[in-house]
Amino acid sequence: MDDFLAARLQMAFSLGFHIVFACIGMVMPFFMSVAHFYWLKTKKTVYKDVTKAWSKGVAIFFATGAVSGTVLSFELGLLWPTFMEHAGPIFGMPFSLEGTAFFIEAIALGFYMYGWDKLNVWFHWVTGVIVGISGLLSGILVVAANAWMNSPSGFDYLDGKYLNIDPIAAMFNDAWFSQALHMSLAAFVSTGFAVAGVHALMILRGRNVTFHSKAFKIAAAFGTVAACLQPISGDISAKDVAQRQPAKLAAMEAHFHTERNAALLLGGIPDTAGKKVNYAIKIPGLLSFMATGDFNKEVKGLDSIPKDEHPPVAVTHYAFQIMVGLGMLMVLIAILYFIAIFKKRQWLSSKWLLRLFIAATPIGFIALEAGWTVTEVGRQPWIIYGVMRTADAMTPMPGIVYSFYLFTAVYVSLAIIVTFLLYRQITMVGKLYDSSLKQTNS
Amino acid sequence: MIYVVIVFLWTSILLYILLGGADFGAGIIELFTSKANQAKTRKTMYNAIGPIWEANHMWLIIAIVILFVGFPKIYTTVSIYLHIPLVCMLLGIIARGTAFVFRNYDAVKDDMQRLYTPIFMYSSLITPFFLGIIAASSVSGKIDLQAKDFLSAYVYSWLNWFSISVGVFTVSICGFLATIFIIGQTDTEQSRLHFIKMARRTIYVVMFSGALVFLAAYLERIPLTDWIFGDIPGLIAIVAASISLVIMFIALNRDKPILLRLLAGFQITMILFAATYTHFPDIVLLKNGQNLSLLSHQGQARAIESLAYALLIGSVFILPALVYLIYIFQVRKDNAGSH
Ligand code: HDD
Ligand code: HEM
Ligand code: HEM
Repeated sequence: MDDFLAARLQMAFSLGFHIVFACIGMVMPFFMSVAHFYWLKTKKTVYKDVTKAWSKGVAIFFATGAVSGTVLSFELGLLWPTFMEHAGPIFGMPFSLEGTAFFIEAIALGFYMYGWDKLNVWFHWVTGVIVGISGLLSGILVVAANAWMNSPSGFDYLDGKYLNIDPIAAMFNDAWFSQALHMSLAAFVSTGFAVAGVHALMILRGRNVTFHSKAFKIAAAFGTVAACLQPISGDISAKDVAQRQPAKLAAMEAHFHTERNAALLLGGIPDTAGKKVNYAIKIPGLLSFMATGDFNKEVKGLDSIPKDEHPPVAVTHYAFQIMVGLGMLMVLIAILYFIAIFKKRQWLSSKWLLRLFIAATPIGFIALEAGWTVTEVGRQPWIIYGVMRTADAMTPMPGIVYSFYLFTAVYVSLAIIVTFLLYRQITMVGKLYDSSLKQTNS
Repeated sequence: MIYVVIVFLWTSILLYILLGGADFGAGIIELFTSKANQAKTRKTMYNAIGPIWEANHMWLIIAIVILFVGFPKIYTTVSIYLHIPLVCMLLGIIARGTAFVFRNYDAVKDDMQRLYTPIFMYSSLITPFFLGIIAASSVSGKIDLQAKDFLSAYVYSWLNWFSISVGVFTVSICGFLATIFIIGQTDTEQSRLHFIKMARRTIYVVMFSGALVFLAAYLERIPLTDWIFGDIPGLIAIVAASISLVIMFIALNRDKPILLRLLAGFQITMILFAATYTHFPDIVLLKNGQNLSLLSHQGQARAIESLAYALLIGSVFILPALVYLIYIFQVRKDNAGSH
């Protein structure tokens, strides 16, 4: 492996790792606040139990998210110094504001975790909501920084110089809204399905059923509603990409030739050398419609883009298919769940629906990672789209391969420990959090 | 506006040393406590730092963001030439942050604790050690932009006696801050006396490792004495710190935890002031003498301006909340305890 590939992979792993914790850290506080609200309103202790159990989970994820984020803010410079030297002052606005959001989040979390029985109950509840809002806000802000890499604005690029910097304009670049919307929804989808899946498993096993049913309902409600909104926001993103990054759209779709009435491909194996896609199902005109809103409009293919500016087609294409496929699957599950709630209540107590949710536990996160792969790999070979190439941004220090191995080992072991810890949290629910059980035991 | 940014940068670094340092110190102290006292130390420490634990480490991120937004050239030069100690520090941060949470939030307290606890203690030691190395290397003039081979570009930039001694000094400062802090958190007279004894020992360690720094600077031909005693404000700061150390020794036995904390904070502030004042506005000293300065290597005016506004607006939100948090969990508890 060469250093360049190692650096890209190290960045990708670190981000791929961070994003899981970041999503959970920004969404769980909302679940928690809902459970907490029910507790304050109904005084049913099971809601308090759920809130407390979840808040432990949030603390674990928050800390892991915080350290992996700290690593990232150094890694940007350790791996891509040339990029940061020029981009830092331009896309720095969201990062400087993010500092505030993180701080508020950390402070609010301090109040929340240590405030039980110390603070006014509603003030305490509000601090929980603030944790969620500021987490979401920080997510939106970083995504705005990433959107700037896809859609650079707020400066003039002349003779290799970055002039007339306007950090505010850079923050509100063309891509920030569609990306921030899509990302925020994705966070709810992936966390919602993951949490619902875990609690569904526990219900199926007959453990602390009341506790897990309440928890399941809250998580599933968030996950399914967001899942139904996701394709709409995905469509906005696709139209947006078609406009500002035709090369990325072409790679996503393995769309080699510019044409009108372009077909949407389902599946298929791209053959980059032969400039064709084998074994794909073609839906005529749909790509034109998705990209432009008109079945007959032209969609640029890779042939309209200089060869040395082509992103890797296969990876981008597969990643896109995975994201959309899993997204549609989750919409389906969501629809079944809604039918169950509003029409066929008997489904709710049936095993197959639970099994479906259990099977769906990881797919939100898989879709999320796939989506980021689309965005980031689809931007290649650019680190700042159309302005700076990734290869030119890299650190001159040799030996990044070793740092890649090191960080990979660390992330893998962390992932294992966190999984282990969560497993113990969940299996210990009966002892630690389910007060109905505690009373009968004692 | 540039001065607003510089003040924020300096303050974040100071607060990181004080708050983050006390936090690292908690782990270091635990490491150097006899087995018998370890559990007690851990419990007292945890009650003290738990609620503000997250916030303590935000200061580092703020400082980094200020650097890469406002002074990108400085951020990237340090990132390139001090890559290796930065990675070591990051590994320490990861290990420590996660081990801290694991040991406090694991649903079952069993043998796994024997895994988490040493990781926590050793990473508490390693992280500030490398932080010290990084800080020292940026002013030791060993960073060589013209270096041709790997060792002189990426290793000798930081691997020297001066940097190592500053690393040790930083570790001892952390231990010192933690012991001073914990004196006010104890619940029995016996443990109070225990930590006072400990504080006295850490003060000796700080003085000893401080002397080592001067010795190492002499060996490495770094004009540290000129820097610190060469100009009046630096000299005053050092004298003030020394006087307050004497006061501290006298106050140690009296029951005045807040005064002790203020004195410790004052001393660190003075040391940081003396260490940075002589070079200002330079912040990274290079081998070729073309130092990186906060004034001549600042980003474009608009970037600095918006950074300054973002920081000012941020502090309007953050400071009151932070003060209230500390008030709720520290002051109120202290009062409750004394009744
Ligand atoms: C739960 C996760 C999830 C699901 C179900 C979907 N997406 Fe997605 N998608 C993401 C998670 C995601 C993401 C990880 O959050 C990305 C990466 C960058 C971003 O803004 O969102 C993304 C990026 C992304 C992009 C690239 C945006 C850019 O580069 O600016 C497009 C065009 C789509 N998505 C389209 C869709 C469509 C048409 C979907 C139909 C179901 C869909 N996504 C479902
Ligand atoms: C958290 C979700 C994210 C994931 C999973 C992700 C994933 C990736 C991947 C897969 C790559 C490698 C692409 C390649 O080299 O082929 C990459 C590169 C990179 N990403 Fe992201 N990314 C995320 C968000 C961000 C954000 C928010 C930023 C910055 C603000 C960012 C900055 C970068 C940089 C600087 C690189 C390296 C240069 C490059 O390869 O273009 N990423 N990321
Ligand atoms: C799309 C990508 C990203 C999203 C959505 C995201 C979101 C978040 C969120 C919500 C948190 C709060 C932690 C928690 O509650 O668990 C967090 C933490 C953090 N993130 Fe990210 N992040 C992303 C990428 C990045 C990148 C590229 C960087 C650095 C350049 C970064 C730096 C940080 C830092 C420093 C923290 C720690 C702050 C703390 O202590 O709370 N993040 N991130």
